[in-house]
Amino acid sequence: MSQGTAASTGGPPLLEVRTVSKYFGNVIALHDVSMQVRAGEVTCVLGDNGAGKSTLIKILSGVHSYDEGEFLVEGRKVHFGGPRDARAAGISVVFQDLATVPLMSIWRNFFLGSEPTSGYGPTRHLNVRFAKKVMREELRKMGIDVRDPDQPVGTLSGGERQAVAIARAVYFGAKVLILDEPTSALGVRQSGIVLKYVIQARERGLGVIFITHNPHHAYPVGDRFVLLNRGRLMGSFAKSETSLAELTQMMAGGEELERLSKELEKMATEPELEQVARELAEEAGGKPA
Amino acid sequence: MSVASTPVPAQAPRAKGAGTDERVGGVRLVVRLLQRPELGALLGAVAVYILFASVDSTPGHRFSSIAGMQNWTDAASSYGIMAVAVAMLMIGGEFDLSAGVMTGTSGLLLGMLITRYQLNVWLGIVIVLAFAAAIGVMNGLLVIRTKLPSFIITLATFFVLRGMNVGVTLLLTNTVRFDVSDNAPGFDSAQTILGGTFLAPYNFQDAVLWWIALTVVATWILNRTTFGNWIYAVGGDSNAARAVGVPVARTKVLLFMGTAMSAALVGIMVALRYKGIQSGQGVGQEFFYIIAAVVGGCLLTGGYGSAIGASIGALIIGFAQIGIIFANWDPNWYYTFLGVILFLAVGVNTLVRRRAASARR
Repeated sequence: MSQGTAASTGGPPLLEVRTVSKYFGNVIALHDVSMQVRAGEVTCVLGDNGAGKSTLIKILSGVHSYDEGEFLVEGRKVHFGGPRDARAAGISVVFQDLATVPLMSIWRNFFLGSEPTSGYGPTRHLNVRFAKKVMREELRKMGIDVRDPDQPVGTLSGGERQAVAIARAVYFGAKVLILDEPTSALGVRQSGIVLKYVIQARERGLGVIFITHNPHHAYPVGDRFVLLNRGRLMGSFAKSETSLAELTQMMAGGEELERLSKELEKMATEPELEQVARELAEEAGGKPA
Repeated sequence: MSVASTPVPAQAPRAKGAGTDERVGGVRLVVRLLQRPELGALLGAVAVYILFASVDSTPGHRFSSIAGMQNWTDAASSYGIMAVAVAMLMIGGEFDLSAGVMTGTSGLLLGMLITRYQLNVWLGIVIVLAFAAAIGVMNGLLVIRTKLPSFIITLATFFVLRGMNVGVTLLLTNTVRFDVSDNAPGFDSAQTILGGTFLAPYNFQDAVLWWIALTVVATWILNRTTFGNWIYAVGGDSNAARAVGVPVARTKVLLFMGTAMSAALVGIMVALRYKGIQSGQGVGQEFFYIIAAVVGGCLLTGGYGSAIGASIGALIIGFAQIGIIFANWDPNWYYTFLGVILFLAVGVNTLVRRRAASARR
């Protein structure tokens, strides 16, 4: 499909894929998908389960290689050998499970795997003061005032844990932040908090890739929307070219939803089920059945 | 003890504008103390000490005298050295059931090298430590490669070694004991450092000093080094640790080497102190190490615990072992007593940690 919308800023995008495809044996996981991510923009990747979202992230983060197409980082063609290469190129993924250890303190989690040390030889030790200071500063930039850096991460709320993971990625040099379904396991309020962090990351000049199956979360924060369905690109829009209703309809596949609502109506013996059928129909067509 | 893996969600760090007054004081000292894994063990140790000091039936109340202290530190030290290493491994999320029998294997190997092959004692010690390191590497690699629980892997190692200890000793000596000749070159210096005593009229065992030193080193490693951070991480959530670049396999293998080499140290000490070692040495002791570590606040599920706590746990075992004798009770109650202590410690630790997690808001 189209290469997306007109570039809003000059220069090459931070990250761009052109007609990439990925096959697992004879299963087409991803076919001819193109998207780009620019600094200070949020690109939402939308799709239902099995749409190819995770295959796309895994290609972007270096877990999988791609079979066809091009992958460019700041205009240069790349072929990552592994997640380490992607991280070195400034692409960081905040995974669904956040890669934090619940029983460890916030500062230990923040620096886990890249611990700051001082001293030499056998006296080499963690620079605890520096670690706590940096962690505090970085979380303050996200609007979180940590009272006790020794607090275990497990006692934080889901949204706050997300913030720790994001702050960590940013501190260690991420230019492109991939958020894998950051709101899927969260309640309404916590989701709102995460969306705030998404906007904050954008305002700090990062390119954000926000992967979700919820258009209600994507639309308010997104600048571009990339829709995937069954491994193929269904559409790629700038915010000005689409609306929430349109996105929702496309995502769920309007016709499919209508069919579902009809089936439900037939089966509906309870008023609650009829209500669900009506809502589905509304989502599908924008007008009550 | 497996409860704390889902800590109570508190709301401590809040978004800006939630009002700053409430956190001006920071976290209170009491709460900070309650968070320490070793607190329950410390309270328990005080209680057990008071109990045995008061039921002491020896003339002159030996339990609470310095001579009594020599007795219970002696009993606690060999448990303590092992408990510290086992605690580190448990924090790293694994078990080592072969730790007990390894003390026997190491001591017997030293006896064999010295008595049968007339090696210098120090050279023998180096070989025994290297052998133990190899056993540790084997345990670690087997656990990582097979992805089987370390409980099963080290249970297998335990039984293999247990049989070998008796079998090889019988074959070579026609007895169930290996003597360590005190005529061997280097014996005197080695015994002074590893199997001797200090503080003259009371004669505390050298092992006590080794125990304290190892506790200090382990505490420093756990709390102040990168490797310590990795130990907590691989035990707390090895997938998360791997995702941020922690070498999970290397960390675990090193921890298995730690328990095996600590066992070698204890075995060497026993062999030098008693100038010989029984082929059944150490069998069954592995559970005491685990009890000490758990009483000291280690979570069975990994990711939480402390070396100081494990040492306090070993001290409680020492109190009980000596206290029951001094109280003139039937020594068989020792096991029952430790079982009750383990039960209580698990309960108290769980409670304390839950309270600490929810008290901070």
